[in-house]
Amino acid sequence: MANPKIIVVGGGLAGLSAAIKVAEMGGHVDLFSIVPVKRSHSVCAQGGINAAKNLKGEGDSTWQHFDDTVYGGDFLADQPPAKAMCEAAPGIIDLLDRMGVPFNRTPEGLLDFRRFGGTLYNRTAFAGATTGQQLLYALDEQVRRYESEGKVTKYEAWEFLSCVIDDQRVCRGICAMDLRGMAVHTFPADAVIMATGGIGAIFGKSTNSVVCTGSAQSALYQQGAYYANGEFIQVHPTSIPGEDKLRLMSESARGEGGRVWVPKQPGDKRDPKSIPEGERWYFLEEWYPKYGNLVPRDIATRAIHKVVYEHNLGIDGQPMVYLDLTHIDRATLDRKLEGILEIYEKFVGDDPRDVPMKIFPGMHYTMGGLWVDFDQRTNIEGLYACGECDHSIHGANRLGANSLMSCIYGGFIAGPHAVRYAQNIIKSGSQSPQTVYESERKRQEEINTRLMNNDGTENPFLLWRELGDTMTKNCTVIRYNKNLQETDVKLVELLERYRHVNLSDRSMWANTSFVFARQLYNMLQLARVIAQGAAMRDESRGAHYKPDFPERDDANWLKTTKAYFAADADEPRFEFDQVDTSLIKPRPRRYDAAT
Amino acid sequence: MANSKTVIIKIKRQQTPESKPYSEEFELTYRPGMNITSALMDIAASPVTRQGKVTTPVAYDSNCLEEVCGSCAMLINGQAKMACSALIDNLKQPITLEPFSKFPIIRDLQVDRSVLFENLKKVKGWVPVDGTYDLGPGPRQSAEEQEQAYPLSRCISCCCCMEACPQFNEKTGFVGAAAISQVRLFNTHPTGKALKVDRLQALMGDGGIQECGYAQNCVEVCPKDIPLTRSIADVGGQVMWQAIKDFFRT
Repeated sequence: MANPKIIVVGGGLAGLSAAIKVAEMGGHVDLFSIVPVKRSHSVCAQGGINAAKNLKGEGDSTWQHFDDTVYGGDFLADQPPAKAMCEAAPGIIDLLDRMGVPFNRTPEGLLDFRRFGGTLYNRTAFAGATTGQQLLYALDEQVRRYESEGKVTKYEAWEFLSCVIDDQRVCRGICAMDLRGMAVHTFPADAVIMATGGIGAIFGKSTNSVVCTGSAQSALYQQGAYYANGEFIQVHPTSIPGEDKLRLMSESARGEGGRVWVPKQPGDKRDPKSIPEGERWYFLEEWYPKYGNLVPRDIATRAIHKVVYEHNLGIDGQPMVYLDLTHIDRATLDRKLEGILEIYEKFVGDDPRDVPMKIFPGMHYTMGGLWVDFDQRTNIEGLYACGECDHSIHGANRLGANSLMSCIYGGFIAGPHAVRYAQNIIKSGSQSPQTVYESERKRQEEINTRLMNNDGTENPFLLWRELGDTMTKNCTVIRYNKNLQETDVKLVELLERYRHVNLSDRSMWANTSFVFARQLYNMLQLARVIAQGAAMRDESRGAHYKPDFPERDDANWLKTTKAYFAADADEPRFEFDQVDTSLIKPRPRRYDAAT
Repeated sequence: MANSKTVIIKIKRQQTPESKPYSEEFELTYRPGMNITSALMDIAASPVTRQGKVTTPVAYDSNCLEEVCGSCAMLINGQAKMACSALIDNLKQPITLEPFSKFPIIRDLQVDRSVLFENLKKVKGWVPVDGTYDLGPGPRQSAEEQEQAYPLSRCISCCCCMEACPQFNEKTGFVGAAAISQVRLFNTHPTGKALKVDRLQALMGDGGIQECGYAQNCVEVCPKDIPLTRSIADVGGQVMWQAIKDFFRT
């Protein structure tokens, strides 16, 4: 039987994991990525990766990891895949260890684990404070090995435009654009795995990398894929506001003992080190005595918001609070956190070993994504998704250090399932006529021609700023229906203005602004899914918080949101699925009580 | 302040690999905390030169913007640097931006650095695991071993060390410090060691480690402070011993 040919789109942890599994099973991988895969956004993950190895004598278990994950996600996650991930996690850590990831060690030479948010156990393995980078490199090296054996072909500097879907609604390959020569090509495959990561650019500035636009997911949504739980956006409590992006300050800073505080006196101008203990307010420790600074991210983010905007206690009247590590000795900080301290030092100019850091919440992660079943299949046959671009595992809020695990786990499920599906396709001899590829290529080329020759007055970069400002203001930490409805009106306006985009560069060679303008359209379409989904969900759950509906409403909203694109109306429509809560009965989620 | 402060940036540009380079100057409004990537974003939003000429956004590589993906390397005031961590406050004006000079140019500040990834293939920069199925934990390693490996493993493949190296050019075909340092990393790993001989042999002969002229520029420019010269010395010793062994074996 011929070897299955699988296309993997995206070269972060999820894509590389899928590629490794496919190659190992004898399939051939065509791996597409905008950037060289070693430069994918997974490198930005800092603090660690969760697995209940129970190496600290705490009685941790995969079930406890599962319970923390589901509880942390406010019971919106389908439970069977979350449980399967937690059970696979210890084995995945062992594999990464065997691949040479330089995880921090205990004196005995075993893997060291630190604490992270939303759990009371030391469950997070880490490689300094650049764990994502180290994991990505280990997988990148294994893929390079397969590449040198001819089992993986890389297409780096290629932009995914769409899937090729035949008359039977089966995915038969992809359509992509060469980012140098700008030519549009189609690539046939027996199955396609999407691993295209996050959507941060929809919010303008975020902790995400430049390529995290959600353009690919949006293109697929417009082709008929369901997009699920789009309204669940994680705002990380501790980021460093910057001119070009919000840089992440890892949760591991708090995992290693970092404390969040503000001066009790509004507008206190003293040097933070000179403010006595009694005049500091450690509000997380006061409000959440059991978890303290390590409450889940949605809780910490809302607490910081409250302190800044309701108590008016932001540092020096600015929207910022202190994240303080100065009580921890330098050697420990260097051994466990050097990578992130270096980022703060380089970009802010202060040494966080001496001076408390100034941080504020920033858009960080999408829990929602392409809808997938428990085998990572989308609703389009032959099309799979894994990693941040899929909707599974994290429910309404992701726990820190669960994303690296879910990316690798998702890839390890998607890869083998895609191979088995492809083997059946080959056996059945099912094929699509060449015209299917031709017509998709033409459709994409027409979009390009129209955009390239557009004669308007709108600047795509300025439209994008308006998009980001609106989404950040109305669709992140605190949500009001009135604002959400206004957001959708604004998005419709931006889509209308997009029709009059004028490109300042019309050349057909490495035209980055053209590529960006193309992504912008998809960002706008996906933004409507987020805003409308948020407007509909009249409750508060995990990262989704509406002051007008402050409680979780299981009777009406223990449901997965599934958006699909109504092409004739050019807007999203919504369906809702029951959440699979067959393993753990939903219970109230409270981190302030001693229960 | 009387007027709002401005930033002046001179950029060496080139439309295509075949066309002639030219220079354009931009004047931008200064903001505290500004870095080179945010300046390039400002230019993209309003691509007008200091002389008022409407031009095109500048092509450059970038991704993470926190100096860990390795994308945005370029020559900033003549020095190989990452654009994201280059803060305007620390740069002498007018600031000049040029593409790396030793790599094929794509457009403006974008160059093709795939040679490093090819070199990593040649030196077999990976740990040869049996498979991805569950085979239990990896080899035990001391905290000291981890602390030695980790800094080497933080190489972001930016190629600053290669750009700054006088020996890295078409004539020598020198593999460069980054790949050599990866050889040191993998040769130290308990399982990675299995390919040690292959790696050392890949570093022998033309373009190999002997091309290093000990200029030490690599370690000077490395944004991650990787001990590159130590890696070269260490691997140089390993290659020499391997060559002697190979000599007596044949």
